[in-house]
Amino acid sequence: MHRNNVLPELLYQETHGPELLANTHPADWRNPVPKDKYNLVVIGAGPAGLVAARGAAGLGASVALIERNFIGGDCLIMGCVPSKAILRTSRLYAEMHDARNYGAPVPSGIAVDFPAAMERMRHLRGRLSGYDSVQRLREEGVDVFFGSARFMGPEAVSVGGVTLHFQKALVATGARPKTPDIPGLAQAGYLTNENVFDLIHQPKRLLVIGGGPLGCELAQAFCRLGIEVVLAQDDPMFLPGEERDAAQILSDALALDGIEIHLNSPVVAVRLDHGQKVVDIVNDGDKRTIAVDEILTGVGRSPNVEGMDLEAAGVAYDTETGIVVNDFLQTTNKRIYAAGDVCLEHKFTHSAEASARIVVQNALFLGRKRLSALNIPWCTYTDPEIAHVGIYVREAREKNIPVKTFTILMHDVDRAVLDGEEEGFVKIHVREGSDRIVGATIVARHAGEMINGITMAINSGIGLRALAQVIHPYPTQASAIRMAADAYNRTRLTPLLRAFSKWWLAKGRA
Amino acid sequence: MPDARAQSDEALLDRFQHAAFGYFLENCNPVNGLVADTSRNNSPASIAVVGFALSCYPVGVERGWMTRDDAIASTLATLRFFWNSAQNEEPLSTGHMGFYYHFLDMHRGIRVWDCELSLIDTTLLLAGMLTAAMYFDGDSPRETEIRTLTDALYRRVDWHWAQGACATVRQGWKPESGFLHYGWEGYSEAAILYVLGLASPPHPLPADSYAGWSSTYQWENIYNYDLLYAGPMFIHQFSHAWIDFRNIRDKFMRAKNSDYFENSRRSAFAQREYARRNAHGFVGYGENCWGFAACDGPGFETLKIDGRKRRVFGYAARGIPYGPDDGTIAPWTALASLPFAPDIALAALRHFCAQYPDVTQADRLPSGFNPTLPGRGPGGWISEGCFGLDQGLIVMMIENYRSQMIWNLMKRCPLISAGLRHAGFTGGWLSQPEARPDAQK
Ligand SMILES: Cc1cc2nc3c(=O)[nH]c(=O)nc-3n(C[C@H](O)[C@H](O)[C@H](O)COP(=O)(O)OP(=O)(O)OC[C@H]3O[C@@H](n4cnc5c(N)ncnc54)[C@H](O)[C@@H]3O)c2cc1C
Repeated sequence: MHRNNVLPELLYQETHGPELLANTHPADWRNPVPKDKYNLVVIGAGPAGLVAARGAAGLGASVALIERNFIGGDCLIMGCVPSKAILRTSRLYAEMHDARNYGAPVPSGIAVDFPAAMERMRHLRGRLSGYDSVQRLREEGVDVFFGSARFMGPEAVSVGGVTLHFQKALVATGARPKTPDIPGLAQAGYLTNENVFDLIHQPKRLLVIGGGPLGCELAQAFCRLGIEVVLAQDDPMFLPGEERDAAQILSDALALDGIEIHLNSPVVAVRLDHGQKVVDIVNDGDKRTIAVDEILTGVGRSPNVEGMDLEAAGVAYDTETGIVVNDFLQTTNKRIYAAGDVCLEHKFTHSAEASARIVVQNALFLGRKRLSALNIPWCTYTDPEIAHVGIYVREAREKNIPVKTFTILMHDVDRAVLDGEEEGFVKIHVREGSDRIVGATIVARHAGEMINGITMAINSGIGLRALAQVIHPYPTQASAIRMAADAYNRTRLTPLLRAFSKWWLAKGRA
Repeated sequence: MPDARAQSDEALLDRFQHAAFGYFLENCNPVNGLVADTSRNNSPASIAVVGFALSCYPVGVERGWMTRDDAIASTLATLRFFWNSAQNEEPLSTGHMGFYYHFLDMHRGIRVWDCELSLIDTTLLLAGMLTAAMYFDGDSPRETEIRTLTDALYRRVDWHWAQGACATVRQGWKPESGFLHYGWEGYSEAAILYVLGLASPPHPLPADSYAGWSSTYQWENIYNYDLLYAGPMFIHQFSHAWIDFRNIRDKFMRAKNSDYFENSRRSAFAQREYARRNAHGFVGYGENCWGFAACDGPGFETLKIDGRKRRVFGYAARGIPYGPDDGTIAPWTALASLPFAPDIALAALRHFCAQYPDVTQADRLPSGFNPTLPGRGPGGWISEGCFGLDQGLIVMMIENYRSQMIWNLMKRCPLISAGLRHAGFTGGWLSQPEARPDAQK
């Protein structure tokens, strides 16, 4: 699709490319001569593929890694990395506007330099691309092949005209943005995460379709970068599946930033009119029409399962849910495994990496590691952030696990108050009648950092009573976790215990 | 206006209850019994407010604020209107499947504002009808007609349809677009809806629908209170205006060793705790200045107040501790906590009287006020006029505090006790002989 406001290929290479391209897909790259047989052939060099390839090579396996695009995958090129980079810049602008709340004057005439924000993002992306560069991979003994992989049978895959034979293979081809089925959208043109980070000029008005993590993060980032943002979500709340109270706080935060919010509002039609994109949004039968310059969609991701001749390898898949795997991440071909977005329900970089580690163990070292044993946290990096680990109350009830939630409001946490970051809460769900943590949700400026203490507790089977013994430096925001543990301890102080303690103390005075 | 400080609690409450009751006499269309949603010009009727009106008339009769004859006349006008009103799928009818549109034209009695066919508001209307049917137990033809019509109106409601093929009831329906898409999960004011729905002989809600709903509950320890959480206070009040939840427990509350009355009490205290902390730095908030619920507000906009960006809302549900909160206090919801937490409710009322004479004038509490915004007096922005829902709740909750009259009436209502039992409630007054179905007259 030709787009005026998106970097053309050449400019892309010249202005932002050198470092990134040299690291992730050098123009002069020559695929190596394949070995007779590899212990492991990995398809896709995103987080999952990289972890598997480097991990296996580090343990002495002969490894081939096939990538059709860039080393680093979605995460580096058009996902986590660029999005978090611009979120940081956007937060700075928000804080400038909010300076008075920090006892500082609001700088006069704050003018957003959009190209500078995008330039910083591209620069940082280039820098981070060095950590997993193709040169490093080669040094570590990984044979990197650029090109599209295609299975030639149950034990062989072809790339760039050569055939690689494998003992085991890993499919880690990731996912791509789903295209919303909205009449007129394709004709009018729209952005996805695949090209939104290539924007050069700041659009004046942007419609974001989809209130999941991607939609919410980018809507907030672009709004704080001075774009008039409209966010339309067909569900009644943002981040469906997340706790209602978290979604509530997020929705308030986005509105306070100035985002025009349309919940419960599917976009039903798009048309071009004098260069503008005119959009119809429906809410309970009421139609609203708005005009914007750009539309960004974030309505979910489809696994990349097509074009690889998975059938030839006997690997079953579903175009919605991806490659079918068992709990050991084995596909319907016992030699072939899958990891990351192409097969997981929870599509994150860390889950892609964790699943890839399982594959290395199971495929090459007779491991019996299970996907279901993983305890995967996640975080949406809006401001405030929303992080979660374990199960939700809803799921607990479905599984007949009675839960009780200990909630600490961030406005009761000294450091959060001092930092002017009081929005949010820590909720720790325990199995009722015990101190066993079954899940937690944190909404806070740094929720993603704070959740780790709880993930660790769940992993090691540490309960709230033990967490109450953990000493946190004062003042820190993460001490909210200890405060929740203290609240738990207070509920253990039954009337009987209290009476006993009173009697004991009175005795001491006698 | 007498000085509240010099008045006894009883006198002060009588004053506010009487004033609130006056709302229904002033804002009722005697021809069809419809009562305006608010005291503002051209306000349409709200069916929920009609339900409150029907529940308040017996209080007025007992307190000598209305004759029994007048109460019967108003009640009959209402019931006859609804019985004869248009029930169909047309966009301009009065109701459908036995339910009614949330807002009706005061005179023509048909849907306005393209509003939804409202399940909860129909429920509150029916609760009012049932209250009337319990109170008017005489043998005269008119009192008999009240009971017959109520029974017919109740039986006409198709609760089963209202599930829209889902596990729990939907929030509403529109002829243009069908059932509303909003999720309606978590603890809410819907308890009485399930109670009435479960008890329906012809079209009951299935027995597991209540379990389905309560499976979305969240038991939380907030500010050191163990509670079944819901942010806006009215959620902890509406069903309680009719049903005495003291010591009766469903499966959920048995497991938590609590009951819904106790839960409302703790929720009132949590509201007060939230106001004491005043984390957002709103003007006025404090231990005697709280009350967060669905109420009117200054209007939807973003303002800069003292260098701080603030978003304020119009009519919206406000809640604690996660918000939304725009500095608007719903004073009536503090007062309506009276049966649960009399001390703090009375302290709040006295505080409103002493600090905000502009808010409490004429003894009728407005839907909301916001001292953070500029206004003519200390109350800052004050919602114009008053809302029938709030006034009705005040009349009933003060009455339940003073005499438990409504609770006692409804304890004898076989539908209520049957519905509660279907929902799994046991114990307390439900196990006493007069609440047993065989003891009904
Ligand atoms: C805007 C955005 C923000 C995100 N932010 C976060 C975040 O903050 N935190 C987080 O944890 N996750 C985030 N994610 C999700 C994260 O990017 C993915 O979960 C992660 O990249 C998945 O890794 P993967 O290795 O499974 O797949 P990918 O990263 O998609 O990598 C797959 C690779 O396979 C290659 N490939 C595909 N088919 C073939 C083929 N036939 N032959 C050869 N190569 C092929 C692709 O070119 C690609 O490089 C974000 C995603 C988006 C879109």
